[in-house]
Amino acid sequence: MKMKENMVTVYIMGEAYDVPDSSTIITAMEYAGFQLTTGIGCREGFCGACATIYREKGDYKLKGALACQTVVTDGMTLAQIPFMPSEKPIYNLQEITADINTVKELFPTIFRCVSCNTCTKACPQDIEVMDYIQALKKGNIAEAADISFDCIRCGLCALRCPAEIVQYNAATLARRLYGRYLAKKSPEVDESIKEIEDGKYDKELDDLTKMDRKTLSEKYYSRETKLR
Amino acid sequence: MKIPYYPGCTLKSTAKHFENSAIASAKALDIEFIELPKWNCCGVVTPLAEDDIMHHVAPVRNMIRVLEMNKAGTVSNEKRLLTLCSMCFNTLKRSSLRVKEKIDDLDILNDFMYKEEDYDGSVEIVHFLEILKENGFDKINKKVKKSLKDLKVAPYYGCMLLRPKDIGLDDPERPTIFEELLSALNAPPVDWRAKNKCCGSFLTLENKETVAKLGHDILTNAQKSGADMIITSCPLCAFNLDNRQKIIKKIHPEFETIPVLYFTQLMAIAFGLDKELIGLDKNFINPIPLLESKGLL
Repeated sequence: MKMKENMVTVYIMGEAYDVPDSSTIITAMEYAGFQLTTGIGCREGFCGACATIYREKGDYKLKGALACQTVVTDGMTLAQIPFMPSEKPIYNLQEITADINTVKELFPTIFRCVSCNTCTKACPQDIEVMDYIQALKKGNIAEAADISFDCIRCGLCALRCPAEIVQYNAATLARRLYGRYLAKKSPEVDESIKEIEDGKYDKELDDLTKMDRKTLSEKYYSRETKLR
Repeated sequence: MKIPYYPGCTLKSTAKHFENSAIASAKALDIEFIELPKWNCCGVVTPLAEDDIMHHVAPVRNMIRVLEMNKAGTVSNEKRLLTLCSMCFNTLKRSSLRVKEKIDDLDILNDFMYKEEDYDGSVEIVHFLEILKENGFDKINKKVKKSLKDLKVAPYYGCMLLRPKDIGLDDPERPTIFEELLSALNAPPVDWRAKNKCCGSFLTLENKETVAKLGHDILTNAQKSGADMIITSCPLCAFNLDNRQKIIKKIHPEFETIPVLYFTQLMAIAFGLDKELIGLDKNFINPIPLLESKGLL
Protein backbone atom coordinates (compact mmCIF):
# COMPACT_ATOMS: atom_id res chain seq x y z
CA MET A 1 0.00 0.00 0.00
CA LYS A 2 2.86 2.31 0.90
CA MET A 3 4.58 1.52 -2.37
CA LYS A 4 1.42 2.33 -4.35
CA GLU A 5 1.65 5.93 -3.13
CA ASN A 6 4.87 6.38 -5.12
CA MET A 7 3.46 4.97 -8.32
CA VAL A 8 1.85 6.80 -11.22
CA THR A 9 -0.12 5.46 -14.15
CA VAL A 10 1.24 6.15 -17.61
CA TYR A 11 -0.12 5.04 -20.98
CA ILE A 12 2.59 3.63 -23.20
CA MET A 13 1.23 3.48 -26.71
CA GLY A 14 -2.28 3.43 -25.26
CA GLU A 15 -1.71 0.68 -22.66
CA ALA A 16 -1.83 1.52 -18.93
CA TYR A 17 1.19 0.75 -16.71
CA ASP A 18 1.95 1.63 -13.12
CA VAL A 19 5.50 2.93 -12.78
CA PRO A 20 7.48 4.69 -10.01
CA ASP A 21 6.81 8.44 -10.03
CA SER A 22 10.51 9.25 -10.14
CA SER A 23 10.96 7.45 -13.49
CA THR A 24 12.08 9.18 -16.61
CA ILE A 25 10.18 8.18 -19.73
CA ILE A 26 13.00 5.77 -20.58
CA THR A 27 13.10 4.07 -17.20
CA ALA A 28 9.30 3.97 -17.08
CA MET A 29 9.24 2.05 -20.35
CA GLU A 30 11.90 -0.33 -19.10
CA TYR A 31 10.03 -0.78 -15.82
CA ALA A 32 6.96 -1.68 -17.85
CA GLY A 33 8.95 -4.38 -19.62
CA PHE A 34 9.91 -2.77 -22.91
CA GLN A 35 13.39 -3.47 -24.13
CA LEU A 36 14.70 -0.42 -25.95
CA THR A 37 17.25 -1.23 -28.61
CA THR A 38 16.88 1.92 -30.69
CA GLY A 39 15.74 5.45 -29.84
CA ILE A 40 18.01 5.30 -26.83
CA GLY A 41 21.62 6.29 -26.31
CA CYS A 42 23.66 8.05 -23.65
CA ARG A 43 20.85 8.47 -21.06
CA GLU A 44 22.50 11.78 -20.15
CA GLY A 45 20.74 14.24 -22.45
CA PHE A 46 23.67 14.62 -24.81
CA CYS A 47 23.28 12.25 -27.71
CA GLY A 48 19.79 13.20 -28.95
CA ALA A 49 18.78 9.62 -29.75
CA CYS A 50 15.71 9.44 -27.48
CA ALA A 51 13.34 12.02 -28.96
CA THR A 52 9.86 11.37 -27.68
CA ILE A 53 6.33 12.66 -28.06
CA TYR A 54 3.98 12.73 -25.09
CA ARG A 55 0.83 14.33 -23.77
CA GLU A 56 -0.02 15.11 -20.19
CA LYS A 57 -3.35 14.46 -18.48
CA GLY A 58 -5.85 17.22 -19.14
CA ASP A 59 -3.65 18.92 -21.74
CA TYR A 60 -4.41 18.95 -25.44
CA LYS A 61 -0.83 19.70 -26.46
CA LEU A 62 1.52 17.12 -27.92
CA LYS A 63 4.89 17.86 -26.38
CA GLY A 64 8.34 16.79 -27.47
CA ALA A 65 11.25 15.98 -25.20
CA LEU A 66 14.25 13.76 -24.64
CA ALA A 67 12.93 10.60 -22.97
CA CYS A 68 15.99 10.30 -20.71
CA GLN A 69 15.54 13.83 -19.37
CA THR A 70 11.81 13.90 -18.74
CA VAL A 71 10.16 12.61 -15.58
CA VAL A 72 6.77 10.96 -16.01
CA THR A 73 3.58 12.47 -14.59
CA ASP A 74 0.38 10.71 -13.65
CA GLY A 75 -1.85 10.09 -16.64
CA MET A 76 0.90 10.79 -19.19
CA THR A 77 0.42 9.23 -22.63
CA LEU A 78 3.67 8.52 -24.42
CA ALA A 79 5.43 6.79 -27.28
CA GLN A 80 9.05 6.45 -28.19
CA ILE A 81 10.30 7.47 -31.63
CA PRO A 82 12.82 4.89 -32.81
CA PHE A 83 14.26 6.75 -35.79
CA MET A 84 13.81 9.98 -37.78
CA PRO A 85 13.67 9.19 -41.50
CA SER A 86 14.42 12.84 -42.41
CA GLU A 87 15.96 13.89 -45.69
CA LYS A 88 19.73 14.33 -45.47
CA PRO A 89 21.38 15.88 -48.51
CA ILE A 90 24.84 14.62 -49.39
CA TYR A 91 27.55 17.19 -50.13
CA ASN A 92 31.29 17.49 -50.28
CA LEU A 93 32.34 20.21 -47.87
CA GLN A 94 35.38 21.03 -50.00
CA GLU A 95 33.21 21.81 -53.03
CA ILE A 96 30.58 24.12 -51.53
CA THR A 97 30.69 27.76 -50.48
CA ALA A 98 29.67 29.38 -47.20
CA ASP A 99 26.85 31.47 -48.64
CA ILE A 100 23.17 31.61 -49.46
CA ASN A 101 23.55 29.67 -52.73
CA THR A 102 24.58 26.53 -50.86
CA VAL A 103 21.59 26.91 -48.54
CA LYS A 104 19.25 27.33 -51.51
CA GLU A 105 20.62 24.30 -53.27
CA LEU A 106 20.78 21.85 -50.38
CA PHE A 107 17.82 23.00 -48.27
CA PRO A 108 15.28 24.69 -50.57
CA THR A 109 12.48 23.93 -48.08
CA ILE A 110 13.92 26.63 -45.78
CA PHE A 111 12.35 29.18 -48.09
CA ARG A 112 8.91 27.78 -47.27
CA CYS A 113 9.24 28.85 -43.62
CA VAL A 114 6.13 30.76 -42.52
CA SER A 115 7.74 31.89 -39.24
CA CYS A 116 5.24 29.94 -37.15
CA ASN A 117 7.94 29.17 -34.54
CA THR A 118 6.67 25.61 -33.98
CA CYS A 119 10.26 24.34 -34.27
CA THR A 120 11.39 26.57 -31.41
CA LYS A 121 8.54 25.36 -29.24
CA ALA A 122 9.46 21.74 -30.00
CA CYS A 123 13.17 22.05 -29.17
CA PRO A 124 14.17 20.26 -25.94
CA GLN A 125 17.43 22.24 -25.93
CA ASP A 126 15.62 25.62 -25.87
CA ILE A 127 17.30 26.68 -29.10
CA GLU A 128 15.68 29.50 -31.06
CA VAL A 129 15.31 27.19 -34.05
CA MET A 130 13.21 29.58 -36.15
CA ASP A 131 15.83 32.29 -35.67
CA TYR A 132 18.61 30.15 -37.13
CA ILE A 133 16.40 29.15 -40.05
CA GLN A 134 15.76 32.86 -40.65
CA ALA A 135 19.50 33.53 -40.39
CA LEU A 136 20.13 30.91 -43.09
CA LYS A 137 17.46 32.54 -45.23
CA LYS A 138 19.50 35.75 -45.03
CA GLY A 139 22.67 33.83 -45.87
CA ASN A 140 24.13 34.48 -42.43
CA ILE A 141 25.92 31.15 -41.89
CA ALA A 142 27.88 32.33 -38.86
CA GLU A 143 24.75 33.42 -37.00
CA ALA A 144 23.01 30.12 -37.81
CA ALA A 145 26.03 28.16 -36.56
CA ASP A 146 26.11 30.21 -33.38
CA ILE A 147 22.41 29.94 -32.53
CA SER A 148 22.27 26.21 -33.29
CA PHE A 149 25.45 25.35 -31.38
CA ASP A 150 23.68 23.32 -28.66
CA CYS A 151 21.69 21.22 -31.15
CA ILE A 152 21.87 17.49 -30.40
CA ARG A 153 20.05 16.51 -33.60
CA CYS A 154 17.08 14.81 -31.95
CA GLY A 155 14.92 15.84 -34.91
CA LEU A 156 11.82 17.06 -33.04
CA CYS A 157 11.92 20.41 -34.89
CA ALA A 158 11.64 18.66 -38.26
CA LEU A 159 8.94 16.35 -36.93
CA ARG A 160 6.66 19.28 -36.07
CA CYS A 161 7.50 21.66 -38.93
CA PRO A 162 4.47 22.44 -41.16
CA ALA A 163 6.81 23.53 -43.97
CA GLU A 164 8.67 20.17 -43.95
CA ILE A 165 12.03 21.81 -43.22
CA VAL A 166 14.76 19.56 -41.81
CA GLN A 167 16.11 22.20 -39.45
CA TYR A 168 18.71 20.12 -37.63
CA ASN A 169 20.41 18.95 -40.82
CA ALA A 170 20.51 22.54 -42.11
CA ALA A 171 22.06 23.61 -38.79
CA THR A 172 24.70 20.91 -39.15
CA LEU A 173 25.53 22.28 -42.59
CA ALA A 174 25.86 25.78 -41.10
CA ARG A 175 28.26 24.62 -38.40
CA ARG A 176 30.31 22.61 -40.89
CA LEU A 177 30.56 25.59 -43.24
CA TYR A 178 31.48 27.81 -40.32
CA GLY A 179 34.23 25.47 -39.18
CA ARG A 180 35.60 24.94 -42.66
CA TYR A 181 35.42 28.46 -44.09
CA LEU A 182 34.44 31.14 -41.58
CA ALA A 183 35.97 30.35 -38.20
CA LYS A 184 38.98 32.38 -37.20
CA LYS A 185 42.15 30.51 -38.07
CA SER A 186 44.64 29.82 -35.31
CA PRO A 187 48.21 30.30 -36.55
CA GLU A 188 49.53 27.94 -33.84
CA VAL A 189 47.93 24.99 -35.61
CA ASP A 190 49.66 25.82 -38.89
CA GLU A 191 52.97 26.29 -37.07
CA SER A 192 52.64 22.93 -35.35
CA ILE A 193 51.74 21.20 -38.59
CA LYS A 194 54.80 22.71 -40.22
CA GLU A 195 57.01 21.53 -37.34
CA ILE A 196 55.66 18.02 -37.76
CA GLU A 197 56.19 18.10 -41.52
CA ASP A 198 59.71 19.44 -41.04
CA GLY A 199 60.47 16.38 -38.92
CA LYS A 200 60.98 18.19 -35.63
CA TYR A 201 59.46 15.30 -33.65
CA ASP A 202 60.61 12.40 -35.87
CA LYS A 203 63.57 11.38 -33.76
CA GLU A 204 61.61 11.45 -30.51
CA LEU A 205 58.87 9.32 -32.06
CA ASP A 206 61.39 6.88 -33.51
CA ASP A 207 63.02 6.47 -30.09
CA LEU A 208 59.64 5.78 -28.51
CA THR A 209 58.67 3.12 -31.05
CA LYS A 210 61.97 1.30 -30.51
CA MET A 211 61.67 1.20 -26.70
CA ASP A 212 60.82 -2.04 -24.92
CA ARG A 213 57.65 -2.21 -22.88
CA LYS A 214 59.37 -1.75 -19.51
CA THR A 215 61.26 1.40 -20.49
CA LEU A 216 58.21 2.80 -22.19
CA SER A 217 56.12 2.21 -19.07
CA GLU A 218 58.74 3.84 -16.84
CA LYS A 219 58.96 6.80 -19.17
CA TYR A 220 55.22 7.18 -19.22
CA TYR A 221 54.80 7.26 -15.46
CA SER A 222 57.81 9.49 -14.90
CA ARG A 223 56.21 11.90 -17.40
CA GLU A 224 53.15 12.06 -15.16
CA THR A 225 55.35 12.84 -12.15
CA LYS A 226 57.28 15.44 -14.07
CA LEU A 227 54.09 17.26 -14.93
CA ARG A 228 53.39 17.68 -11.25
CA MET B 1 14.70 61.18 -36.56
CA LYS B 2 14.94 57.54 -35.53
CA ILE B 3 12.70 55.00 -37.24
CA PRO B 4 12.33 51.21 -36.90
CA TYR B 5 13.77 49.56 -39.99
CA TYR B 6 12.97 46.21 -41.59
CA PRO B 7 15.72 45.12 -44.05
CA GLY B 8 14.44 41.81 -45.43
CA CYS B 9 16.52 38.81 -46.53
CA THR B 10 17.68 40.12 -49.91
CA LEU B 11 19.08 43.33 -48.45
CA LYS B 12 21.33 41.24 -46.24
CA SER B 13 22.63 39.12 -49.12
CA THR B 14 22.50 40.01 -52.81
CA ALA B 15 21.27 43.61 -52.36
CA LYS B 16 23.64 44.66 -49.57
CA HIS B 17 24.61 47.71 -51.65
CA PHE B 18 20.96 48.83 -51.59
CA GLU B 19 20.97 48.74 -47.79
CA ASN B 20 24.39 50.36 -47.39
CA SER B 21 23.63 53.23 -49.75
CA ALA B 22 20.19 53.79 -48.18
CA ILE B 23 21.49 53.91 -44.61
CA ALA B 24 24.30 56.28 -45.64
CA SER B 25 22.00 58.59 -47.63
CA ALA B 26 19.47 58.65 -44.81
CA LYS B 27 22.22 59.50 -42.33
CA ALA B 28 23.17 62.50 -44.47
CA LEU B 29 19.57 63.67 -44.01
CA ASP B 30 19.61 63.00 -40.23
CA ILE B 31 17.33 59.98 -40.59
CA GLU B 32 18.56 57.04 -38.55
CA PHE B 33 17.37 53.52 -39.36
CA ILE B 34 17.06 51.37 -36.23
CA GLU B 35 17.02 47.79 -37.44
CA LEU B 36 14.51 45.53 -35.69
CA PRO B 37 16.56 43.67 -33.04
CA LYS B 38 15.04 40.42 -34.29
CA TRP B 39 13.14 39.86 -37.51
CA ASN B 40 12.03 37.12 -39.86
CA CYS B 41 11.09 36.87 -43.52
CA CYS B 42 8.41 39.41 -44.51
CA GLY B 43 6.26 36.51 -45.69
CA VAL B 44 6.46 36.80 -49.49
CA VAL B 45 4.15 36.39 -51.31
CA THR B 46 0.94 37.85 -49.84
CA PRO B 47 -1.69 35.09 -49.65
CA LEU B 48 -4.80 35.99 -51.59
CA ALA B 49 -7.05 33.22 -50.28
CA GLU B 50 -9.48 34.52 -47.65
CA ASP B 51 -8.91 31.55 -45.36
CA ASP B 52 -5.12 31.53 -45.54
CA ILE B 53 -4.19 33.07 -42.24
CA MET B 54 -1.00 31.06 -41.71
CA HIS B 55 0.96 33.19 -44.16
CA HIS B 56 0.17 36.32 -42.17
CA VAL B 57 2.07 34.97 -39.16
CA ALA B 58 5.46 36.09 -40.49
CA PRO B 59 4.49 39.73 -41.26
CA VAL B 60 2.57 40.14 -38.01
CA ARG B 61 5.50 38.77 -36.03
CA ASN B 62 7.65 41.56 -37.47
CA MET B 63 5.05 44.16 -36.53
CA ILE B 64 5.05 42.89 -32.94
CA ARG B 65 8.81 43.62 -32.88
CA VAL B 66 8.03 47.29 -33.56
CA LEU B 67 5.80 47.38 -30.49
CA GLU B 68 8.58 45.69 -28.50
CA MET B 69 11.06 48.36 -29.66
CA ASN B 70 8.74 51.11 -28.50
CA LYS B 71 8.30 49.39 -25.16
CA ALA B 72 12.06 48.95 -24.74
CA GLY B 73 12.62 52.61 -25.59
CA THR B 74 14.83 51.87 -28.61
CA VAL B 75 12.59 54.30 -30.47
CA SER B 76 10.20 56.74 -28.87
CA ASN B 77 6.59 56.52 -29.93
CA GLU B 78 7.45 55.59 -33.51
CA LYS B 79 5.18 52.85 -34.74
CA ARG B 80 6.01 53.25 -38.39
CA LEU B 81 8.15 50.49 -39.86
CA LEU B 82 10.42 51.55 -42.68
CA THR B 83 11.10 49.26 -45.62
CA LEU B 84 13.41 49.53 -48.63
CA CYS B 85 12.59 46.45 -50.70
CA SER B 86 9.35 46.99 -52.65
CA MET B 87 8.32 43.37 -52.14
CA CYS B 88 8.72 43.56 -48.35
CA PHE B 89 6.85 46.88 -48.35
CA ASN B 90 4.00 45.33 -50.30
CA THR B 91 3.75 42.11 -48.28
CA LEU B 92 4.02 43.77 -44.88
CA LYS B 93 1.61 46.56 -45.72
CA ARG B 94 -1.03 44.24 -47.14
CA SER B 95 -0.88 42.09 -44.01
CA SER B 96 -0.97 45.12 -41.72
CA LEU B 97 -4.17 46.33 -43.40
CA ARG B 98 -5.75 42.90 -43.53
CA VAL B 99 -5.44 42.31 -39.77
CA LYS B 100 -6.61 45.84 -39.08
CA GLU B 101 -9.75 45.32 -41.14
CA LYS B 102 -10.45 41.75 -40.06
CA ILE B 103 -10.26 41.64 -36.29
CA ASP B 104 -11.23 37.94 -36.24
CA ASP B 105 -8.11 37.09 -38.22
CA LEU B 106 -5.99 39.08 -35.80
CA ASP B 107 -7.50 37.18 -32.87
CA ILE B 108 -6.56 33.87 -34.49
CA LEU B 109 -3.01 35.13 -35.09
CA ASN B 110 -2.60 36.44 -31.56
CA ASP B 111 -3.88 33.14 -30.15
CA PHE B 112 -1.28 31.35 -32.20
CA MET B 113 1.72 33.38 -30.99
CA TYR B 114 3.84 32.03 -28.16
CA LYS B 115 5.61 34.42 -25.83
CA GLU B 116 4.94 37.53 -27.88
CA GLU B 117 2.58 40.22 -26.78
CA ASP B 118 -0.69 40.58 -28.67
CA TYR B 119 -0.51 42.67 -31.81
CA ASP B 120 -2.95 45.57 -31.74
CA GLY B 121 -2.89 46.58 -35.40
CA SER B 122 -1.15 49.88 -34.68
CA VAL B 123 1.98 49.55 -36.81
CA GLU B 124 2.10 51.46 -40.08
CA ILE B 125 4.28 50.17 -42.91
CA VAL B 126 6.10 52.89 -44.84
CA HIS B 127 8.60 52.95 -47.66
CA PHE B 128 11.80 55.01 -47.54
CA LEU B 129 10.50 57.09 -50.48
CA GLU B 130 7.53 58.21 -48.38
CA ILE B 131 9.80 59.22 -45.51
CA LEU B 132 11.99 61.18 -47.96
CA LYS B 133 8.94 63.00 -49.25
CA GLU B 134 7.66 63.73 -45.75
CA ASN B 135 11.11 64.94 -44.72
CA GLY B 136 11.08 67.32 -47.67
CA PHE B 137 12.70 66.93 -51.09
CA ASP B 138 14.12 70.45 -50.67
CA LYS B 139 16.33 69.09 -47.86
CA ILE B 140 17.68 66.49 -50.29
CA ASN B 141 18.43 69.20 -52.82
CA LYS B 142 20.51 71.07 -50.23
CA LYS B 143 22.70 67.99 -49.71
CA VAL B 144 23.55 67.55 -53.38
CA LYS B 145 27.30 67.88 -53.93
CA LYS B 146 27.55 66.41 -57.41
CA SER B 147 24.93 67.63 -59.85
CA LEU B 148 23.35 64.87 -61.92
CA LYS B 149 22.12 67.35 -64.55
CA ASP B 150 23.80 65.49 -67.43
CA LEU B 151 22.44 62.12 -66.38
CA LYS B 152 19.11 61.09 -67.88
CA VAL B 153 17.45 58.71 -65.46
CA ALA B 154 14.37 56.57 -66.12
CA PRO B 155 12.59 55.82 -62.82
CA TYR B 156 11.19 52.29 -62.78
CA TYR B 157 8.33 51.70 -60.32
CA GLY B 158 7.32 48.14 -61.15
CA CYS B 159 4.18 46.83 -59.42
CA MET B 160 4.96 46.41 -55.76
CA LEU B 161 5.17 50.09 -54.82
CA LEU B 162 1.91 50.93 -56.55
CA ARG B 163 -0.48 47.99 -56.59
CA PRO B 164 -3.02 47.20 -55.36
CA LYS B 165 -4.26 50.78 -55.17
CA ASP B 166 -5.14 50.61 -51.44
CA ILE B 167 -1.56 50.02 -50.41
CA GLY B 168 0.30 51.84 -53.19
CA LEU B 169 2.38 54.83 -52.16
CA ASP B 170 1.42 56.84 -55.23
CA ASP B 171 -1.05 56.96 -58.11
CA PRO B 172 -0.89 53.47 -59.68
CA GLU B 173 -1.22 54.83 -63.23
CA ARG B 174 0.64 58.13 -63.05
CA PRO B 175 3.10 57.99 -60.17
CA THR B 176 5.45 60.95 -59.58
CA ILE B 177 7.38 60.29 -56.36
CA PHE B 178 10.54 59.04 -58.14
CA GLU B 179 10.41 62.02 -60.51
CA GLU B 180 10.19 64.38 -57.52
CA LEU B 181 13.21 62.69 -55.98
CA LEU B 182 15.17 62.88 -59.24
CA SER B 183 14.35 66.57 -59.62
CA ALA B 184 15.64 67.13 -56.06
CA LEU B 185 18.88 65.42 -57.12
CA ASN B 186 19.02 67.74 -60.18
CA ALA B 187 18.70 64.72 -62.47
CA PRO B 188 16.30 65.25 -65.38
CA PRO B 189 13.69 62.45 -65.08
CA VAL B 190 12.89 60.64 -68.30
CA ASP B 191 9.18 60.30 -69.03
CA TRP B 192 8.57 56.85 -70.42
CA ARG B 193 5.83 54.35 -71.09
CA ALA B 194 7.14 51.23 -69.33
CA LYS B 195 7.82 52.69 -65.89
CA ASN B 196 5.14 50.60 -64.15
CA LYS B 197 5.08 47.64 -66.50
CA CYS B 198 5.62 44.23 -64.87
CA CYS B 199 9.23 42.94 -64.91
CA GLY B 200 8.10 39.30 -64.85
CA SER B 201 8.66 38.91 -61.11
CA PHE B 202 9.14 35.31 -59.93
CA LEU B 203 8.74 33.95 -63.45
CA THR B 204 12.48 34.58 -63.54
CA LEU B 205 12.95 31.20 -61.86
CA GLU B 206 10.73 29.14 -64.13
CA ASN B 207 10.74 30.99 -67.40
CA LYS B 208 13.78 33.15 -68.01
CA GLU B 209 12.89 33.72 -71.65
CA THR B 210 9.57 35.39 -70.82
CA VAL B 211 11.32 37.61 -68.30
CA ALA B 212 13.97 38.45 -70.90
CA LYS B 213 11.20 39.38 -73.36
CA LEU B 214 9.50 41.68 -70.83
CA GLY B 215 12.87 43.11 -69.79
CA HIS B 216 13.85 43.80 -73.38
CA ASP B 217 10.64 45.76 -73.91
CA ILE B 218 11.12 47.78 -70.71
CA LEU B 219 14.81 48.49 -71.25
CA THR B 220 14.54 49.45 -74.93
CA ASN B 221 11.59 51.71 -74.13
CA ALA B 222 13.78 53.50 -71.58
CA GLN B 223 16.57 53.83 -74.15
CA LYS B 224 14.23 55.11 -76.87
CA SER B 225 12.96 57.68 -74.38
CA GLY B 226 16.53 58.91 -73.97
CA ALA B 227 17.55 57.28 -70.68
CA ASP B 228 21.19 56.67 -69.68
CA MET B 229 20.23 54.53 -66.74
CA ILE B 230 17.29 53.08 -64.78
CA ILE B 231 16.61 53.29 -61.05
CA THR B 232 14.44 51.00 -58.97
CA SER B 233 13.65 50.13 -55.35
CA CYS B 234 12.97 46.43 -55.86
CA PRO B 235 15.70 43.75 -55.68
CA LEU B 236 13.61 41.39 -57.83
CA CYS B 237 13.00 44.04 -60.51
CA ALA B 238 16.71 44.88 -60.29
CA PHE B 239 17.59 41.24 -60.89
CA ASN B 240 15.20 40.90 -63.82
CA LEU B 241 16.24 44.16 -65.46
CA ASP B 242 19.95 44.10 -64.59
CA ASN B 243 21.23 40.50 -64.37
CA ARG B 244 18.87 39.20 -67.05
CA GLN B 245 20.46 41.55 -69.62
CA LYS B 246 22.88 38.66 -70.20
CA ILE B 247 20.07 36.56 -71.72
CA ILE B 248 18.50 39.57 -73.45
CA LYS B 249 21.82 40.20 -75.19
CA LYS B 250 21.92 36.56 -76.27
CA ILE B 251 18.41 36.70 -77.77
CA HIS B 252 18.85 40.22 -79.21
CA PRO B 253 22.53 40.64 -80.18
CA GLU B 254 21.89 44.25 -81.27
CA PHE B 255 20.72 45.17 -77.74
CA GLU B 256 22.93 47.74 -75.96
CA THR B 257 23.18 47.20 -72.21
CA ILE B 258 21.98 49.90 -69.79
CA PRO B 259 22.90 50.24 -66.08
CA VAL B 260 20.22 49.63 -63.45
CA LEU B 261 20.82 51.20 -60.02
CA TYR B 262 18.96 51.35 -56.73
CA PHE B 263 17.64 54.86 -56.21
CA THR B 264 19.65 55.06 -53.00
CA GLN B 265 22.89 54.46 -54.91
CA LEU B 266 22.06 57.47 -57.05
CA MET B 267 21.34 59.53 -53.93
CA ALA B 268 24.67 58.46 -52.44
CA ILE B 269 26.47 59.46 -55.66
CA ALA B 270 24.80 62.90 -55.64
CA PHE B 271 25.63 63.36 -51.95
CA GLY B 272 29.27 62.52 -52.73
CA LEU B 273 29.36 59.61 -50.28
CA ASP B 274 32.05 56.98 -49.92
CA LYS B 275 32.43 54.57 -52.89
CA GLU B 276 32.36 51.56 -50.57
CA LEU B 277 28.86 52.52 -49.45
CA ILE B 278 27.57 53.01 -52.99
CA GLY B 279 28.77 49.54 -54.02
CA LEU B 280 28.78 50.06 -57.79
CA ASP B 281 30.80 46.86 -58.20
CA LYS B 282 27.69 44.92 -57.12
CA ASN B 283 25.57 46.02 -60.09
CA PHE B 284 25.55 43.46 -62.90
CA ILE B 285 25.85 45.92 -65.80
CA ASN B 286 28.84 48.06 -64.89
CA PRO B 287 27.61 51.65 -64.37
CA ILE B 288 31.11 53.07 -63.74
CA PRO B 289 32.01 54.02 -67.39
CA LEU B 290 28.71 55.94 -67.74
CA LEU B 291 29.14 57.73 -64.42
CA GLU B 292 32.77 58.55 -65.21
CA SER B 293 31.79 59.96 -68.60
CA LYS B 294 29.38 62.30 -66.78
CA GLY B 295 32.11 63.32 -64.34
CA LEU B 296 30.33 61.80 -61.37
CA LEU B 297 33.04 59.54 -59.97
